[in-house]
Amino acid sequence: MGTDLTRLTAAETAAAVAAGEASAVEVAQAHLDRIAAVDERVHAFLHVDTQGALAAAAAVDSARAAGEALSPLAGVPLALKDVMTQRGIPTTCGSRILEGWRPPYDATVTARLKAAGVVILGKTNMDEFAMGSSTEHSAYGPTHNPWDLERIPGGSGGGSAAAVAAFEAPIAIGTDTGGSIRQPAAVTGTVGVKPTYGAVSRYGLVALASSLDQAGPCARTVLDAALLHATIAGHDPLDSTSAPVPVPDVVGAALAGDVRGMRIGVVRELGGEGYQAGVRQRFDEAVTLLTELGAEVVEVSCPHFPYALAAYYLILPSECSSNLAKFDGMRFGLRVGEDDGSPSVEQVMGRTRAAGFGAETVRRIMLGTYALSAGYYDAYYGSAQKVRTLITRDFAAAFEQVDVLVSPTAPTTAFRLGEKLDDPLAMYLNDIATIPANLAGTPGMSLPVGLAPEDGLPVGLQIMAPAMADDRLYRVGAALEAALLGRWGRPILEEAPSL
Amino acid sequence: MSDSPSITRDDVAHLARLARIDVPPEQLDHYAEQLQVILGAVAQVSEVAAADIPPTSHPLPLVNVFREDVVRPSLSNAEALAGAPSVESERFRVPRILDEE
Repeated sequence: MGTDLTRLTAAETAAAVAAGEASAVEVAQAHLDRIAAVDERVHAFLHVDTQGALAAAAAVDSARAAGEALSPLAGVPLALKDVMTQRGIPTTCGSRILEGWRPPYDATVTARLKAAGVVILGKTNMDEFAMGSSTEHSAYGPTHNPWDLERIPGGSGGGSAAAVAAFEAPIAIGTDTGGSIRQPAAVTGTVGVKPTYGAVSRYGLVALASSLDQAGPCARTVLDAALLHATIAGHDPLDSTSAPVPVPDVVGAALAGDVRGMRIGVVRELGGEGYQAGVRQRFDEAVTLLTELGAEVVEVSCPHFPYALAAYYLILPSECSSNLAKFDGMRFGLRVGEDDGSPSVEQVMGRTRAAGFGAETVRRIMLGTYALSAGYYDAYYGSAQKVRTLITRDFAAAFEQVDVLVSPTAPTTAFRLGEKLDDPLAMYLNDIATIPANLAGTPGMSLPVGLAPEDGLPVGLQIMAPAMADDRLYRVGAALEAALLGRWGRPILEEAPSL
Repeated sequence: MSDSPSITRDDVAHLARLARIDVPPEQLDHYAEQLQVILGAVAQVSEVAAADIPPTSHPLPLVNVFREDVVRPSLSNAEALAGAPSVESERFRVPRILDEE
């Protein structure tokens, strides 16, 4: 096959493998070659599993040769965020405290990918334990945005988004606690989806904030995201917070791609002050396009959304401070400070955690410890939980008027590496539009709607739907994607500089 | 924010001790400053958290998920200990837990 296999979509790749036009091994090798050529500059990967990827690809080729039925993503390469366990493969969560740890089991997401014949290329870089919006909080150095290597790829899943944008993998797994799939998608010109909370198993996803974390797909097209969503979603008895309900027909919705007769709400509270002019401009144009495609667009107010960020930065640190207590140097991971006389277990824990955690993780653990302290609990954590109720009510009221909500995904395009590194509050503001969906457990998608005129960098539009109505994201996203492609003449990633 | 607390370096040292993180003394002031700014911003939740609003701790209304108690394959002893920093007699070896004497 003469074409560059790394430029195919996941759907095209699977079709080529199924038809025998390319072998899965050829496809895997093409992506491994691409990684070897560009990842020194992009740094999307923390670990590349060359042998494992080629073996998985060979198994798909054998299955095809034996006449076995192939799954819709068989032979498609994928990049796995390093927060998801894969048996025998290093899993660091971007942290020194897990350096060298090889999990003894597969996450349910990993197991489902393997069962579907997806070829896992390696593990992607991320902010430590998924806390950050720039991937700069990785202990292993930042990932660089393929659009401009001096800029951030978003976070926490900057590695997964950059891998997809740099054609190192057609699809990737991300996790989204406050926007960690959607914001990286927005700033890299890719598609990212946070499914409804409980739709995708959290078993083997190293927990940051258990009531907010949700794994989901990163891709270059809406259809590819849907194919990956359908592969990983569904009830899992190993996760007691997994929703025992059927997965909506996201692939059918992506193939239908039609907004005629749909009611779409523009969230008044997301998109005004604090949003870059070029972001607002491309967003407004996309909303006009949705009207032209036959949707009825109205403005909707969600009056408590301005409090979402504050509530999130109390709830997340609180859950994080208890979840990360297990990294104490006793049963796995780093242990330091044992060789000094006969230190107590508490001394070794304190030394290990100081050596193993980066500054942002330490900040959030201390914030959570404070918010959960006797005397402060009601004022902070208790109040934040009430705001969570108000946000959920805002969504419920909005979805009585409209089928989906839209907003810009992030307030700005990709900022420069280092720009916000030591200003936590400025960093937190990147998630201002994505956090409400995490608090309410509702699904959201980001897809590219153009380049900001002032800097030529990608702008993302966010679509939000009611819980368990993830298919609406794909219906609207696919319609908008097709209309934009018609205008542009070629996919937006073709505008990115060649690496 | 009028009701935002002031965070001192002693407060940070106390939080670090509770969280079992040996934060170096020279970093305490910087963390105190940053935590104070963040807490000042997040304190605005109290503006709308009225007494009659129920708290939400979790987005799914799931309670007591049960399953049958059946024996299934699980990790071997060796697999469970494979990532341990220190092992002795097929167990996790940890530093001393009690004071000496």
